[in-house]
Amino acid sequence: MKHVRHLMPILLLCLASAGVWAQKTAADGIAEYRAMLADGNPSELFEAKGEGLWKQARGPKNASLEKCDLGKGPGVVKGAFVELPRYFADTQKVQDMESRLLTCMETLQGFKAADIASTAFGRGEQNNLTALSTYISAESRGMKFNLPNNTVAEKTMYEVGKRLFFARGGTHDFSCSSCHGEDGKRIRLQDLPNLTQNPGAGNGFGAWPAYRVSNGQMWSMQLRLNDCYRQQRFPYPLFGSDVTIALGMYLGVNGKGGESVAPAIKR
Amino acid sequence: MADPMRIRAQAAGGNATVRVLMAHEMETGQRKDAAGKVIPAWHITNITATHNGNTVLTGEWGPAVAKNPFLQFIVKGAKAGDKISINWKDNRGESRTDEATVS
Repeated sequence: MKHVRHLMPILLLCLASAGVWAQKTAADGIAEYRAMLADGNPSELFEAKGEGLWKQARGPKNASLEKCDLGKGPGVVKGAFVELPRYFADTQKVQDMESRLLTCMETLQGFKAADIASTAFGRGEQNNLTALSTYISAESRGMKFNLPNNTVAEKTMYEVGKRLFFARGGTHDFSCSSCHGEDGKRIRLQDLPNLTQNPGAGNGFGAWPAYRVSNGQMWSMQLRLNDCYRQQRFPYPLFGSDVTIALGMYLGVNGKGGESVAPAIKR
Repeated sequence: MADPMRIRAQAAGGNATVRVLMAHEMETGQRKDAAGKVIPAWHITNITATHNGNTVLTGEWGPAVAKNPFLQFIVKGAKAGDKISINWKDNRGESRTDEATVS
């Protein structure tokens, strides 16, 4: 009989890592929470609604938006979101996604853009506009921001946006940069992105439109900026106004190369 | 008419995981509007899931279920190509049915 001697391998388990759980930061916790929610992100519902609205013949002219030029030619939706805001020759204006959609809704469908712009968020056609924005952004999911920014009008808008971003005012002497101008800032337990450069600018700008779990609402970038101004105790900017587009231009250009994850989910 | 649901059904290891996202306000009946008037309850009361026409899951829901509800469950023995259908009814008598194919 052969005598075989087995040497039991000794496994040393390093359990020092157990301490890591106790050190999990609030940011990790929020990231985990978002990952759990992302599996059933209700923004998909708005995406489906927006896709239907895009193809449906509506408005006084009973036309769909399928001929709408979002910057990449009539009807091209894919990749349009990551190149907005941009200059449009037909309106001779720099426009963001929402203001461009308003132009299309007016010229193609016969809606009154001014009426929709003055409608409160979450009511009537504003809801449809948010759904359309959600659909358009979703078509560019995973693509990288690459705003053209090569005309004088666009460069001027960027410069205006930059100045607005750093302009302090209001009862609290706040500016966008008070919270979003450097790394490592937070509000309560949530980290705030530094929007002056990547990755913060791409992550921040590329997350809206987003579904907000806390109030069950879908928010477009226009509403996001409107609420930023509310929090700063500034007067509300008008929907689709140059102020909001200039800021969008500044954030979008700063986020160049960043990946678009919109429509995202927020707490 | 109610907005469509999003249904995803994926087969793995002899079962299929179904994920459903429903568009519904799910108003509890506990809230008041700006004028102080109670907002009437409006929520899903019954859900039914079928696999190739056979009922595999039923549920009675109430006001505690969140807005735009998400439901996930596993259907034993479901394979690619099978049909999964979801139906909900709410307390206003509205209902909606959507179907998806297991992939």
